[in-house]
Amino acid sequence: MTPFYTATDHLVLLPAIMLAFFGCAILLLDHWAPDIMALFRAANPKDRKWLLPVFVLPGIAFTAYTLWRQQSYLAASGATDIQAFQGSLVIDGFSLFFNWIFLIASLIVAIVSYRYLDIEGEHHGEYYGLILLANSGMFFLAAGSDLVTLFIGLELMALCFYVMVGFLRGDRRSNEAAMKYLILGAFSSGFLLYGFSILYGIGGSTKLAAISEAMAARELDDPVLWLALITTAVGLLFKISAAPFHMWAPDAYEGAPTTVTAYLSVASKAASFAFLLRIFLGPFAASREVWEPILAAIAVLTMTVGNFAAISQTNVKRLLAYSSISHAGYMLLGLVAGNETGLQGISVYILVYTFMNLGAFLVIVALRRGNLIGDEIEDLAGLMRRSPGMAMLMLVFLVSLAGIPPTAGFLGKFYIFLALIETGHYVLAVIATLYVAVAIYYYFRMVRTMFLDPSAEQEPLAGSFGLRLAGVSAGVLTLAIGDYPEPFLRLAQTSILR
Amino acid sequence: MPEGYVPLFIFLAVAILFPVVALILAKYIRPDVPSRVKLEAYECGIQTASDSRARYTVRFYIIAILFVIFDVEAIFLLPWAVRYQVLGWFGVAEVAVFLVVLAVGYVWAYKKGALEWI
Repeated sequence: MTPFYTATDHLVLLPAIMLAFFGCAILLLDHWAPDIMALFRAANPKDRKWLLPVFVLPGIAFTAYTLWRQQSYLAASGATDIQAFQGSLVIDGFSLFFNWIFLIASLIVAIVSYRYLDIEGEHHGEYYGLILLANSGMFFLAAGSDLVTLFIGLELMALCFYVMVGFLRGDRRSNEAAMKYLILGAFSSGFLLYGFSILYGIGGSTKLAAISEAMAARELDDPVLWLALITTAVGLLFKISAAPFHMWAPDAYEGAPTTVTAYLSVASKAASFAFLLRIFLGPFAASREVWEPILAAIAVLTMTVGNFAAISQTNVKRLLAYSSISHAGYMLLGLVAGNETGLQGISVYILVYTFMNLGAFLVIVALRRGNLIGDEIEDLAGLMRRSPGMAMLMLVFLVSLAGIPPTAGFLGKFYIFLALIETGHYVLAVIATLYVAVAIYYYFRMVRTMFLDPSAEQEPLAGSFGLRLAGVSAGVLTLAIGDYPEPFLRLAQTSILR
Repeated sequence: MPEGYVPLFIFLAVAILFPVVALILAKYIRPDVPSRVKLEAYECGIQTASDSRARYTVRFYIIAILFVIFDVEAIFLLPWAVRYQVLGWFGVAEVAVFLVVLAVGYVWAYKKGALEWI
């Protein structure tokens, strides 16, 4: 009989254990925090500032260490992947790449949140705990190779996000957003589960490898295969907010606390994309002929809806929500192309998107002050005069989101377009390029407001140290990836799912 | 008749006998002081007092959610108990981890005051 829990299993699971452990520790110790602080004769025992350096940062550091150990173990073994738990979890370049992205996103969101939570007067302990627990759910989305493992990872992540979106309990918008997100998320999970049940019926196993073989053995016009494909795809497309399943995104993004919106738009999207790639390049790989045209149509629709709806928005968070929908469309195009360049392009795009989108939201977080939510475009007015540093950072992020060189956003789009041309999808390449022009319009509307419009307020933004650090790091990385892409491209090269 | 069904019939007989014996015994042992309130229908046989679509305090939901958690815990422990011999110490450790995680949730809910009624 096979042993239940081998050393390899432990190594593979350790990042998730670390994240869950620290998440639970924060939840528990947050309550006794004032007592502990009183023991140490702290001046202000009710202050929760120390939670971050004492729990969140070590938690993330330990997780990073375990990920690094996985990486060196994988490199030393020379294999392309390491299976654990009888093939339920797998470490490969793909899972490591995505896990690093999730961890970086968690780190950035955690260090910018302190002041924001203080202004909103919300609990710190639960917030940090939820971030770490959501991250452990994402770990399973990137590393899972079993339907049940993947689904539980998805639900763990999503449940944390439902709570985080509704974190401002006194705010109607936040409550409404959480409710919409919860109901539509549960609905899409239902679709996904229905698809999974059919996949299980086809494969007789929950392991992706077994299902892939069974799917490959089926005829392409088999209705069961179509049913499995469509229901699963609907569930997955809901999660990445591709049109026509995008309706939850703008409301959830607008209502959620801005730091949560940043996390939701980056980490949740990357995790859902990892999930989507695992399914489409695993069990569905053999039926590519069936889903390629469908996915191409959805990608075009997603870009259309995202870009054109963004034009008329006056709320920055809503605008960025629509822009993130259109970015999902670009990423899907990489999957439609499907060759090595395309898959590498998706990884590059997600990496780049993480930094530029987080960065753009960070500036919005910095705009939050006592009585001003700061998420209307007018709130950006005169930012260049008020705090030039923040304005320049925002400029970098917006230029990058629009996809203009020398920023990283250009690189992401470049690889997607290159892949489309290599595989002969000329029409798609033309459409995608034309939509970049539309995108430039609405991104530069914000830039114009920042630089040209006079501002009512003259005070500079009062960002915390963590926020400035995170903003500058994201800005530097956005420029670095654009100007010296070689190491990042090599990193993305290792992440291609074979 | 297959041998394997004998325990089933014994079980059935015990299941029928137990309430009958208990009810008859109780009839002779208990003090019998009936009153109007006591004779009213009990629990699900309740006489309607008001409309059922009333507003509940949110605490009911919190209690219900906590109940679900511990309900699921019991369900999770069952397969472990069935395969106890095979799983051995690994199973014990695994269940211990599971219970600790649940306990964390319980302590958190308790400290947050989720179980305080007023």
